[in-house]
Amino acid sequence: MSAGVLLFFVFVLAIFLGFELISKVPSQLHTPLMSGTNAISGITIVGALLAAGTTDNETIRIVLSTLAMVFATINVVGGYLVTDRMLGMFSTKKDGESR
Amino acid sequence: MISPTLVNLGYLIASVLFIMGLKMLSRQKTARMGNRLSAVAMLLAVVTALLSQEMGYTYIIAGFVIGGLIGTVAASRVQLTAMPELVALFNGFGGVASLLVGWAEYEDARWIWVQQAPTLITLLGTFLAVLIGGVTFTGSLVAYAKLAQKLPGRPLGIRGQQIINAVFLAAALAAGVAFMLNPVGMYPAFLALVGLSLVFGVLFTLPSGGADMPVAISLLNSCSGLAACAAGFVIDNTVLIVAGALVGASGLVLTMIMCKAMNRSLRNVLFGAFGGGGGKGEGAERGQENPIDADAASYVLEAADSVVVVPGYGMAVAQAQHAVRELAELLAENGTSVTFGVHPVAGRMPGHMNVLLAEANVPYDQLLEMDDVNAQMSNTDVAIVIGANDVVNPAARDDADSTIYGMPIINVDHARTVFVLKRSMASGFAGIDNPLFYKDNTRMLFGDAKASIEALIAELKEN
Repeated sequence: MSAGVLLFFVFVLAIFLGFELISKVPSQLHTPLMSGTNAISGITIVGALLAAGTTDNETIRIVLSTLAMVFATINVVGGYLVTDRMLGMFSTKKDGESR
Repeated sequence: MISPTLVNLGYLIASVLFIMGLKMLSRQKTARMGNRLSAVAMLLAVVTALLSQEMGYTYIIAGFVIGGLIGTVAASRVQLTAMPELVALFNGFGGVASLLVGWAEYEDARWIWVQQAPTLITLLGTFLAVLIGGVTFTGSLVAYAKLAQKLPGRPLGIRGQQIINAVFLAAALAAGVAFMLNPVGMYPAFLALVGLSLVFGVLFTLPSGGADMPVAISLLNSCSGLAACAAGFVIDNTVLIVAGALVGASGLVLTMIMCKAMNRSLRNVLFGAFGGGGGKGEGAERGQENPIDADAASYVLEAADSVVVVPGYGMAVAQAQHAVRELAELLAENGTSVTFGVHPVAGRMPGHMNVLLAEANVPYDQLLEMDDVNAQMSNTDVAIVIGANDVVNPAARDDADSTIYGMPIINVDHARTVFVLKRSMASGFAGIDNPLFYKDNTRMLFGDAKASIEALIAELKEN
């Protein structure tokens, strides 16, 4: 199999896996799930840093990839933090209940 | 620098952690751990990428510091009630990052492609990263503006919107194909693709409003994953593809849950004008509504054994959740059993009401899903509808001619008494009359939701 086909293979399997993982979600978790998966979509940060790290000095590329770094980092850091805060809000209630 | 085998191993472990994290995120008990696990996976993926090749760190560090500061401040300063719009904004940032990655790679690879033709997958990946990333970016910005009430929440359409949308999408696709046919020479086509994608994102999101918003937002969430996935094809990176595909799939699942909660197909939500249709003319046997004041309502509540509260977007607008919680506590002290009935599309994003009520410290075991609350409705003394309209409209159940016919609703009209807290008799976002308001067992408590509830609390304390 060529590399491209292999990547496509991985893609299709991951899509199916995603459907299986998230088939049933209680509605309480809809917002945190969105927010948490949104943080995961910040994985594009890996692409951004590989582009920003290249050692050539072409201005447009530096501008584009640094901007990509900034946006992706906001997405990742902010996304995980806000999800954690949100879930903390849900779970403190559970602790309060059991007390 | 580490060996390619180690790099791939790092990405593999990160992918597995993402999968486990996502699975845990969809269950109440493990959700918080799941989110943290997924954060660890992200860190591992980033560290692996940093070690994967020789690189200059100046711009990487600059991006980390600036983005990290903004993200941390935004996430920790935001008011809990403003979380939905912040999530929409972050989602857009993920999209634009994927667009920029595709663009930056293209700027670099253009010169290589002169000698060595790129593979179809690389070209298609670049095309889709830009298209989907661009649509996600501006679409999410519009969603953010609507959620933050910087734009009107209602559907903003213009005449012939669907034709204009189709033209822009076709133009974006044409630019993309032109770019793919001649990637080295057609630089203008690439720039046109960037511009058209951004414009299309705005056009695509503007017409959705009201109860369509949860669908639009979960679809944009899915898109941000798919954009990252496409960027993964550009740079031949498995972890981007796996994580992006997981997000794409889970966003689609959520989108379908939302569509099902409205009994509409995705196509219908995206291309049908729900609010725009002429649904107004159908109030054939419009009755007379029965107003009630807080004093009289408080006596009814005092005598009730069971109360179901059904919140909607009006509660979010009035920021009435804390007052609602206080009312619920007061009633519970009086021996009344209080539960909350949450419709899946109540509010403007998936789970909107749950976030607001959790913020007000309502215990989540009091929050019931639609089917559970409907099962106990006929034994309920009082149902209090707070700023909800279409999700409690009996026409969806009884009137086959209604535009919302078939949409599952919370059957508040089956309770012995219904209080509807509402500003005025204006119709909901679907623009259709609500027969609930004219039923014999319905009492209208007019006014701002928060003020009305505070008045109820005051009366209850007095009695």
